[in-house]
Amino acid sequence: MTLMAGAAAADTSLTIAIVNNGHMINMQKVAEAYTAETGVELNWVSLEEGVLREQVTSDTATGGGQYDIINIGMQEAAIWGAAGWIEPLKFGATYDEGDILPAIRAGLSHEGQMYAAPFYGESSMVMYRKDLTDAAGVNIADNDSWDNVKAAAAAIHNPDEGVYGACLRGKPGWGDNMAFITTVVNSFGGAWFDKDYRPTIDSDEWRAAINFYVDLLGNYGPPGSEGNSFNEILALYNEGKCGMWIDATIAASFLEVDGVAYAQSPNAGNSVGANWLWAWAMAIPAGSPNAEAASDFIEWATSKEYVQAVGNHPEFGWGSVPTGQRASTYALPEFQAAAGFAKAEMMAIESAAPQATDLKPYVGVQFAAIPEFPEVGSAVAQEMAAALSGAKSVDEALAASQAAADAIMKEAGYY
Amino acid sequence: MAIVAQSSKLSNVLWPVLAWIVGLLFFFPIFWMVLTSFKTDADAVKSEYLLWFTPTLENYLNMTENYDYWRFARNSVITSVFATIFTLVVSIPAAYAMAFNPTKRTKDVLMWMLSTKMLPAAAVLYPMTFLTKSLGLFDTHFMIILVLSLINLPIVIWMLFTYFKEIPKDIIEAGKMDGVDTLGEIKEILIPLAWGGIASTALLCFIFCWNEAYWTVRLTTTDAATLSKLIEGNRAPEGLFFGRLSAVSTAAVGPIVVLGWFCQKQLVQGLTFGAVK
Repeated sequence: MTLMAGAAAADTSLTIAIVNNGHMINMQKVAEAYTAETGVELNWVSLEEGVLREQVTSDTATGGGQYDIINIGMQEAAIWGAAGWIEPLKFGATYDEGDILPAIRAGLSHEGQMYAAPFYGESSMVMYRKDLTDAAGVNIADNDSWDNVKAAAAAIHNPDEGVYGACLRGKPGWGDNMAFITTVVNSFGGAWFDKDYRPTIDSDEWRAAINFYVDLLGNYGPPGSEGNSFNEILALYNEGKCGMWIDATIAASFLEVDGVAYAQSPNAGNSVGANWLWAWAMAIPAGSPNAEAASDFIEWATSKEYVQAVGNHPEFGWGSVPTGQRASTYALPEFQAAAGFAKAEMMAIESAAPQATDLKPYVGVQFAAIPEFPEVGSAVAQEMAAALSGAKSVDEALAASQAAADAIMKEAGYY
Repeated sequence: MAIVAQSSKLSNVLWPVLAWIVGLLFFFPIFWMVLTSFKTDADAVKSEYLLWFTPTLENYLNMTENYDYWRFARNSVITSVFATIFTLVVSIPAAYAMAFNPTKRTKDVLMWMLSTKMLPAAAVLYPMTFLTKSLGLFDTHFMIILVLSLINLPIVIWMLFTYFKEIPKDIIEAGKMDGVDTLGEIKEILIPLAWGGIASTALLCFIFCWNEAYWTVRLTTTDAATLSKLIEGNRAPEGLFFGRLSAVSTAAVGPIVVLGWFCQKQLVQGLTFGAVK
């Protein structure tokens, strides 16, 4: 595969916009072998997630040309594919598209056609301190009820010793607090919109979910939780201050405290949508002059061959291979030995259900794959943070959220 | 009398103490950033390694070996130096004209120029992206130099105008009487007289160019990307890379902090519009 690419693409230079995370940074090193073999020069542009989205959006909307390959997330892949902003991906038989985890492949496709190839994927799960739950005589099971999870948080909550029962996202942002809150709402039977895309934020399900969230995090969370997202909680967790954390499965590979155990996300009767689904993927902007070479590179970078290259790389090893991407990775004994969280992660990804259902008309678990969602999600995120900090009551925050979402959807012409 | 002496003694102690407190407060984030840059990413977030830790150069080595720091630094130097020169070349004659040959519209023109600073940059992001792409100037040094110059022109013209106004008009007119032309007046009379003001304005302009992050991040990809883009690329939503981020930030602000340290007298003069008396 790569030799063929070499013949076709020697003396080509590809500019690749990547999000800054461990897996993507490692790729820059591993891909040195690709350049050596094919002669394709790779120029990496690493950007913060928000800036990357903004740059890639403006580049794509203005006809592209800035990048040959872009990192996009699950929220964009289907929408951009449908809009014709990114090229459909077609790889050779050796690529084994069927090996890509079905939920991830579905989330990156439009009408069955894959528009972005997953580089790594994630779901969410409970990461709890088993030493603390054992000492307190409580247990957290897979898909436990939210009530049991709250009881466990209360039992291990010991602020005098600097240990907080539950650390959860509170920082406002559609990809921050709303990612977690949406999974809670889903598990309470709620959704963002009804079948006519009218917001349903003032529903009883939302009210019950938000009251539960504010109660759980307000009583058993660390102070100042409205400022905490992934990075802040990761720091708290590694300082031994969190008894439990429900967040992205990728967090498991960063945890440095002993005694961590994993459980599938809790729910309040509805397990569909209780855990999220996300993937960072690689796509080719429409009109890229180097589309063929870009496609060859993506084929290599998301292949089984790449997983082997990372696992056998002297600087990285099997604990650093991209996860949440291919079923075959989870079957590798070397990977299973290096990643204690592998089984729980794969189970979470496989059970995630992003497709539209009778309950919700949109694709996506912790987001709705419609162009207006970032705006709606950001507006509601502010209100939820206000409810958490006590600046507003839950009812006030929900009413304001409903009004804001309604105005945005009306203006967008949904009804 | 005794009360006056006592209160004077008190203020002699209070003011310096207050100044030190304010100074330390301002300096603390920089100190913390430099300190963190010598910690590993893992140690950077652990409270037990707050002040006492085993220093490492790992982040700096990583930055130069894997992140091509020198390319970004070279671009920062090129764009900031040429943008400052270009800004001064345009601003000095403009400020000269407005200071020594004002019309009744001069104040309006000055206000209009300053008002362009009030426009949020995001409002023109798409037109700028379209324009630079269709002209084939995206990700070029020329474009970044032009943009940095345009951003800083209003404030630089204002500062120079304020300095030039302090110069007695008679001196310029005396030059005219001696048969010196306009270019000669600027070169032979104005610039030597206002040299201090021009130098401090240039310094401030250079600092503004160096620190600019909105356009330098958005109108570049690789060829003209400056240190702002390198810092931006090291922020991560999922992963704590504080050691690495601190090293990159330290190496990015280091040159400008050193420059500012050596030129602090001129900078203060520039910031307070001390002018040429």
